[in-house]
Amino acid sequence: MIHSLFLVNATGDIFLEKHWKSVVSRSVCDYFFEAQERATEPENIPPVIPTPHHYLISVLRHRIYFVAVIQSEVPPLFVIEFLHRVVDTFQDYFGVCTEAAIKDNVVVVYELLEEMLDNGFPLATESNILKELIKPPTILRTVVNTITGSTNVGEQLPTGQLSVVPWRRTGVKYTNNEAYFDVVEEIDAIIDKSGSTITAEIQGVIDACVKLTGMPDLTLSFMNPRLLDDVSFHPCVRFKRWEAERILSFIPPDGNFRLLSYHVSSQNLVAIPVYVKHNITFREGSSQGRFDLTLGPKQTMGKAVESVLVSSQLPRGVLNTSLNPSQGTYTFDPVTKLLSWDVGKINPQKLPSLKGTMSLQAGASKPDENPTINIQFKIQQLAISGLKVNRLDMYGEKYKPFKGIKYMTKAGKFQVRT
Amino acid sequence: LHSASQSELITSTESCFRHLHSLLPDDFLNIITLDLHDDLKEMLDSNKDSLKLEAMKRIVAMIARGKNASDLFPAVVKNVACKNIEVKKLVYVYLVRYAEEQQDLALLSISTFQRGLKDPNQLIRASALRVLSSIRVTIIVPIMMLAIKEAASDMSPYVRKTAAHAIPKLYSLDPEQKDQLIEVIEKLLADKTTLVAGSVVMAFEEVCPERIDLIHKNYRKLCNLLIDVEEWGQVVIINMLTRYARTQFLNPNINGGEKAFYEKKAEAAALAKRKPYVMDPDHRLLLRNTKPLLQSRNAAVVMAVAQLYFHLAPKAEVGVIAKALVRLMRSHSEVQYVVLQNVATMTIKRRGMFEPYLKSFYIRSTDPTQIKILKLEVLTNLANETNISTILREFQTYIKSMDKDFVAATIQAIGRCATNIGEVRDTCLNGLVQLLSNRDELVVAESVVVIKKLLQMQPEQHSDIIKHMAKLTDNIQVPMARASILWLIGEYCEHVPKIAPDVLRKMAKTFTNEEDIVKLQIINLAAKLYLTNSKQTKLLTQYVLNLAKYDQNYDIRDRARFIRQLIVPTDKSGALSKYAKKLFLALKPAPVLESPFKDRDHFQLGSLSHLLNAKAGGYQELPDWPESAPDPSVRNVEVKDSVRAGGTVTLRGRALGLSEESGSGSESEESEEESESEEEEEEEEDEEEERAKKKKKVDKSKPKKPESAESDQSSGEEQKRIRKGGKDRRSGTESESEDESESESSESESESEEESESDTDIKKKKKPTPSPQVTPVNSFLSNSLVTDLEGLSLTDTVLTIAPSSSVRLYELLHRITGEGLAVEYCFSRQPFSPDPHMVAVQIQFTNNTTSEAKSLHIEEPKLQSGMRIKEFPEIEVLPAGESVNVVMGIDFCDSTQAANFQLCTHIRKFFVSIQPPVGELMTPAFLTENEFKKEQGQLMGMNEISEKLTLGEKCQSEHVIVERVTSTANLSRVPCGSDKESRFAGKTVSSGSLVLVTVTRKDGAGALLTVNCEKMVIGTMLVKDILQALTQ
Repeated sequence: MIHSLFLVNATGDIFLEKHWKSVVSRSVCDYFFEAQERATEPENIPPVIPTPHHYLISVLRHRIYFVAVIQSEVPPLFVIEFLHRVVDTFQDYFGVCTEAAIKDNVVVVYELLEEMLDNGFPLATESNILKELIKPPTILRTVVNTITGSTNVGEQLPTGQLSVVPWRRTGVKYTNNEAYFDVVEEIDAIIDKSGSTITAEIQGVIDACVKLTGMPDLTLSFMNPRLLDDVSFHPCVRFKRWEAERILSFIPPDGNFRLLSYHVSSQNLVAIPVYVKHNITFREGSSQGRFDLTLGPKQTMGKAVESVLVSSQLPRGVLNTSLNPSQGTYTFDPVTKLLSWDVGKINPQKLPSLKGTMSLQAGASKPDENPTINIQFKIQQLAISGLKVNRLDMYGEKYKPFKGIKYMTKAGKFQVRT
Repeated sequence: LHSASQSELITSTESCFRHLHSLLPDDFLNIITLDLHDDLKEMLDSNKDSLKLEAMKRIVAMIARGKNASDLFPAVVKNVACKNIEVKKLVYVYLVRYAEEQQDLALLSISTFQRGLKDPNQLIRASALRVLSSIRVTIIVPIMMLAIKEAASDMSPYVRKTAAHAIPKLYSLDPEQKDQLIEVIEKLLADKTTLVAGSVVMAFEEVCPERIDLIHKNYRKLCNLLIDVEEWGQVVIINMLTRYARTQFLNPNINGGEKAFYEKKAEAAALAKRKPYVMDPDHRLLLRNTKPLLQSRNAAVVMAVAQLYFHLAPKAEVGVIAKALVRLMRSHSEVQYVVLQNVATMTIKRRGMFEPYLKSFYIRSTDPTQIKILKLEVLTNLANETNISTILREFQTYIKSMDKDFVAATIQAIGRCATNIGEVRDTCLNGLVQLLSNRDELVVAESVVVIKKLLQMQPEQHSDIIKHMAKLTDNIQVPMARASILWLIGEYCEHVPKIAPDVLRKMAKTFTNEEDIVKLQIINLAAKLYLTNSKQTKLLTQYVLNLAKYDQNYDIRDRARFIRQLIVPTDKSGALSKYAKKLFLALKPAPVLESPFKDRDHFQLGSLSHLLNAKAGGYQELPDWPESAPDPSVRNVEVKDSVRAGGTVTLRGRALGLSEESGSGSESEESEEESESEEEEEEEEDEEEERAKKKKKVDKSKPKKPESAESDQSSGEEQKRIRKGGKDRRSGTESESEDESESESSESESESEEESESDTDIKKKKKPTPSPQVTPVNSFLSNSLVTDLEGLSLTDTVLTIAPSSSVRLYELLHRITGEGLAVEYCFSRQPFSPDPHMVAVQIQFTNNTTSEAKSLHIEEPKLQSGMRIKEFPEIEVLPAGESVNVVMGIDFCDSTQAANFQLCTHIRKFFVSIQPPVGELMTPAFLTENEFKKEQGQLMGMNEISEKLTLGEKCQSEHVIVERVTSTANLSRVPCGSDKESRFAGKTVSSGSLVLVTVTRKDGAGALLTVNCEKMVIGTMLVKDILQALTQ
């Protein structure tokens, strides 16, 4: 399946290579660089590139290209999904997944890659199992290791791989037993010029941080499970129980994991928490354009809209802007033509606005396209779909865990067309 | 000053070095690196582990950077037996990387791994095999082969999994070993653990994907295990099963319009002959068991299921995948890219499926261009009369985008919508014409090209557009667009007779400065005008042709020469010039604007080949459906096996039961159960032996049965007693695995693991003489055995074991009508071993005549659709006065319709029919109380039928009720806490739907009968029958 893996940074250097079968020369990456050159934007490199003898499948994350070399038929998603899993694992281990972090921990990276694939076929991808095999580096451990000469490789043999719950490591112990669940919902929306919603949907996830001793068996129930239209689970969730009772029942992995992601059906009306009043005009023959933008809250269920960030790609003809924000700061990059305005919190009494003029290239005709406005925001303590967790129970262990549930709504791909 | 000079010094030495590098030959550099390596060698030779580790880390870092470290091989390989685990692992990494280059030296390490293969610890055995098989040295092929074979029958599933992984490695090293490897694969395919399943199917796909026959026996097991296999294995298994199903089952859409539409006549004739389509239950099993995986978090699994449904499911059911695929679109852009490609292909075949999700494909300005273009493709494919206006409105906003490649693609999309949907053709055309005044030249050019294609469809009505476009030649510079306009004017010069010569005049002026494709079209235009309007254009044409004659490009010179010969009549010109007009002005068919994704579905979706639209190496063609179904019985496995497979089905299912128990139970109980199940999985080897032991135990408990049947004790007490007995026996089993369960609860895992391993090793050695085979004769017994193995409580099954003494005999052929031959039949309630979906019917022939009856057999069964018959072997001779028993199997398809057939002797034929009472259409199912409640909870509403009744006089005690119910229907008793209630459970033979019966006694003779069954007809009939039995 996966023959080799090359890690390529933004400047086109191969800084790590790993082969699972016989060695493939790194010159195979030349095809990738060719494709990179052809693509105008980094994200436009086709994920699958055929070469005379191999196929290159690549993903781009954290400005690093992970280029897998394969030789014969394999479902492309299989490779892509695996590569993303590798990145997630690195992130989990090193906190960040940057070129520097990978170079600093090259031995751990190599050991991880060795365990994750055998002969190109995934062997252990569960982070809980990997952590039993190879301990993640921490500052303390690095210090201890240099002094005592002990190792990062787990001394115990991993039993998790053999158990019926392969995602949980055995012998977990905590003094404070706690389980936190974050319900995070993202609104994806396209709003048209006149302010009406073209499409809007809610994508939610429940991320968990579970630190519980032993083998706890948890159940989580919702007040209104009918809201969830399409769900996908962590493998620990018992599917039949969900089908029958709409209850999430699971033995959780240790640590952080994504329990569930869901979709709220588009049949339900989606509340749009902010509105935008905009007036962006270019006049024919003049080298000036008007820019006028006001934000306001709408359907927020009484909660404050925070961390608002507005960004927009202005037309190529715009040379510079001179704008005046009523609050927050704005920047305009004359090279990329990217305008971004860090608004902060929306105060319903005094709506934030950004007004001023844009200077255009002299003599050029007026740009016929209007920029799209992308908005980011956060609303704490609110799940916009109205989803509510009813209760969380634990079986199988005797202690009383500390439980917590947090709700948050964020903007996903939230666009306003002008 | 001092520091300044120092830094100067440093820079100067640096530059010196750089100089050296550039000046010195490569050898010198090598010496330098070798020196470095000497340092590493020293570290490796030291006896301090920390130094070795440091050295290995540096070496691995070199490998990672792609630097050559092969000269260190001897120094590194020495450390292969190092005690330090991390050093060892890094040595393995090194070894696997360089063994191929240093074959001789690599052999030094082999003995270490061979020792490792014998280690008592399963994880060490596995890792030794893993490294050994990764060393690509041809000499050790026989050693590897031996190791793989041994590991394939290891008792640890983890080692067996590693063996499966090793198979493709060996195969790629030496393809000669194929036959032997296939044997190993065959063996591992029969493995029943989820851990092995994915890996062995992977090996199967790499080594022998054509040996589809190896799958038959394992098909059902794979389907049932699927949900518990790890996600990567799921992908491989699903893809393989898709191919398998294509060879073994019939096309479920054969009656649908699709095919009949194209090959109407042939198909219709074939249809007439063909029996109505009934889906093979195995086909259904696959579809049912893969569906939950659409909820997987792994995009590859979701895609695999989606393609399976697309290729295998009946049209009406494919829709379920749309939602899951749309969900994947939220994922990383690479995932989106692949999913959209597949969606694009699907939308061509089954547009309706994605129509509800139209808006999910709307394009955002932040999408990468390649995603935008794919989304556009999907939107175009989804366009139809009803949604076209929304789509066009959406397209209008896209045209204003800053991304010009995307705008160009949008214009093409509009063109395609216009050709596909007649109603909007004019609207689209008008819109495109407006775009001609766009400021961006690319947009204009693209519009021209698209308009050209549209106009070809109905040029007469659009001469004004052509005029408009003729004007554009003054401004537009994009060669493709200019060429298109010129072609259009030339082709339809009759519609614009005044403008065309003028355009030619202008073009003649600029001819020399034009691009090649434009020049060709100018020549083309000139030729066409010469033919239609030679008066005005003769000179112009001559001029253009003369210019072309001396052009730099030989294509153009060539074309000019060719055209001159063709159109200008000279005495030398041949016969062709007569037809010049026909040649040039022939009616050209309008271009069909097709999706590039059309017909891509002949590649298996989700595959690399589909994505590239070219066959990738190692791609297995998706076979066409067979014309007639191959024998479905190849997938049958012996009954005990199939029951067992059903038992191991789901870990999730089991974990479920576990959780319910753990609500009240303690931790220790849980871990106990777990260790038990683990042990059970690990010890396939010991299983036979265990079974033998358990069988003995069951035998021991068996004599109790008549007592319990006779005793008039209140049954609640009786239950308790039996349960106690069951528990005792269970604790008996536990005592065997006491070591494990104890060590499991203790903290030191690795130790306990070893301990338990060695423990099982000893057991293996102690293995007694081969256990007596469990004969399928008394399959009830083996059933209960299995349930016992599964850790279910045994409680009341003893009751059901009692062979129903009241087996009713039915008459098939009366002595008189049969002319002395009397035939009776009964439902023996034994599983019919050749096919578990059939009801066993025992038939008794009695010959009352004075002569022999010969060759008794069945002929011409007349069956309802879906029903099947398995005839008994022909009875050659039945002597006078004798009788004989045979068993035949009938699949009634869960209906009480009679099976009609002819019973033949050597002289006569008799029409007979067998009609089953509803109670015989089921087999007992063994459930625990909790399972029963849970299943009942799922079968509420329409599926539940309740009836009040008054119990008959003799029918007041629970004992009698149980007897009556079990004699009416082939059900098993389910344990129950309350003594007022009796519960029974069974499954229909053919489809396996659960049948749950509850009888609740009220005060006096009143009672409530509840039947829960998915099949309402069966439920209703069963209520009627039981009611009758209880009220008598």
